Amino acid sequence: MNSDGLEAVSLRLRRRILETSHAARIPHLGSCLSCVDLLVCLYWDILEIDSSRPDAPDRDRFVLSKGHAAPALFQVLAERDFYPKERLAAFGVNGSVFHEHPPAPAHLPGVEAATGSLGHGMPMALGMALAARMTGRSYRCYALISDGECNEGTIWEAAMLAAAQAVDNLCVVVDFNGWQATGRSREVMRIDPLEDKWEAFGWHVVMIDGHDFSAMAGAFEACAATRGQPSVVIAHTVKGKGVSFMEDDNNWHYRTPNEDELRLALEELQDHR
Amino acid sequence: MTALVASRDGYGEGLMQLADDERVVVLEADLGKSTKSCRFREMYPERTFSLGISEQNMMLVAAGLASSGYKPFASTFAIFTERGFEQVRNGIARPNHAVHLCGSHGGLHTGTDGSSAQSIEDLAIYRTLPNMTVMHPCDDISTERLTVLLSALSGPSYMRTARNKRPRIHDDESVAALRIGKGHVLREGIDVALLACGVLVGEAMTAAEELSRDGIEVTVVDMHTIKPLDSALVQRLAADCGALVTAEDHSIIGGLGGAVAELLAANCPVPLERVGVNDTFGESGDGDELLEKYGLNSDYIIAAARRAIARKA
Repeated sequence: MNSDGLEAVSLRLRRRILETSHAARIPHLGSCLSCVDLLVCLYWDILEIDSSRPDAPDRDRFVLSKGHAAPALFQVLAERDFYPKERLAAFGVNGSVFHEHPPAPAHLPGVEAATGSLGHGMPMALGMALAARMTGRSYRCYALISDGECNEGTIWEAAMLAAAQAVDNLCVVVDFNGWQATGRSREVMRIDPLEDKWEAFGWHVVMIDGHDFSAMAGAFEACAATRGQPSVVIAHTVKGKGVSFMEDDNNWHYRTPNEDELRLALEELQDHR
Repeated sequence: MTALVASRDGYGEGLMQLADDERVVVLEADLGKSTKSCRFREMYPERTFSLGISEQNMMLVAAGLASSGYKPFASTFAIFTERGFEQVRNGIARPNHAVHLCGSHGGLHTGTDGSSAQSIEDLAIYRTLPNMTVMHPCDDISTERLTVLLSALSGPSYMRTARNKRPRIHDDESVAALRIGKGHVLREGIDVALLACGVLVGEAMTAAEELSRDGIEVTVVDMHTIKPLDSALVQRLAADCGALVTAEDHSIIGGLGGAVAELLAANCPVPLERVGVNDTFGESGDGDELLEKYGLNSDYIIAAARRAIARKA
């Protein structure tokens, strides 16, 4: 799909994410809005997946390691027909699979790992990538992590192993929105220079604007062509992207919009083209 | 002469028995020579992963392999599995992945490695996780058999093995009768039942022989599976013998003794004496001397048996 088409999808998903956050009082809105463009690029342009065969052995694997962005993933999977959009009406309802974090894969088609505890999804995706190599399958594995998540030791343990094993069917995406739960990432704990760290760990590194669809597609294609080492796409993003009064404001890590805020946000997210 | 054996060797042999199943993969954290997974590595390097000294990552990579159709067997020292506890909880147990963890060098009997390496809480902490099977076999051939049986489980497991050699308990016939989740009765007597796991099974057998010389007839059970506890057997023994003793190279809190105490309190209260590490850390020393110093050998089991009998109504 061309960039205009993808942008239209992203706008639509942003509106739904906001509506759900308001209706079901689901937090982590800023984190969802920073990565929705990355998800759209992957799910519409990059991943080899077929929603009618969610367990196909050769499917590409996408693991949402930053599991708190599940509200965005749930909308993406519905839009890609892994399940009917109507099911999302049960968001936040007791007994529903749709809550703050992804459920176990057995409970929802399209979900590859029950994440939510940071630093878990990337090593799991590495396990999936090693499995592909052992079985001689050509699928690729993707894990979306956050810059705050790079604080976790397991990210770097897995980074060492992936490079040592020369796992080139693994692509990690860092949603670098510059914020974590309680403040600016660099103030909570400075992890700069992130690019140099990954490079020193033996990874192929690509830096992009995580809201530029053609840059994203180019980066993922470059990673897919890389042999003998794992790849990481460090995507610079804006937390709360798309809604002026949420952008780069960390209050929206936990806040959910009231009725007036929802109305204002939805007005900004109209497709005027 | 009874052969002297270490249960960890049974793990290595069990993996070899499983090798024909191409879904079986082995993960190591730089301790494969100690846990004995090195035997599998030598023959099947393409299905063995060396993760370096990174236990948390090992748990999660194993989860990813399990979700892709493999049967991961991951091992390190018991104490170091605990470093990845939250990864086991959320990455393995919660989605019910059939990842099989083996923690070797468990308990005070580990000896000279010292207190930092002597896990006395592993059975307790893994027992708290839903979906987990928790085991602690007593010798090499039972460990081998139970390792093979683990491969058929649809959920995760933790199995503790021990480093030091002790007299073998089982024979080919008794090993063939072993089932995960079922205690194995080694000796029958009506006065008191001794439920033991790991190296203390041998101590319990020694205690039973000495008690028998005094006219006290004792049942001894190899409780190789701590979870699911063989509740039918424990309740039958509570009814038949009227008094129980548990014995484990583990804290008296939360392990075999804790599990039996919970079951008895809820269903059929009878006198119970728990032989185990009394809520204290160990120290460096000879394994057998540590069992003596911390109250874990046959002498203490005999004393506990006499106390339990004396408490019968």
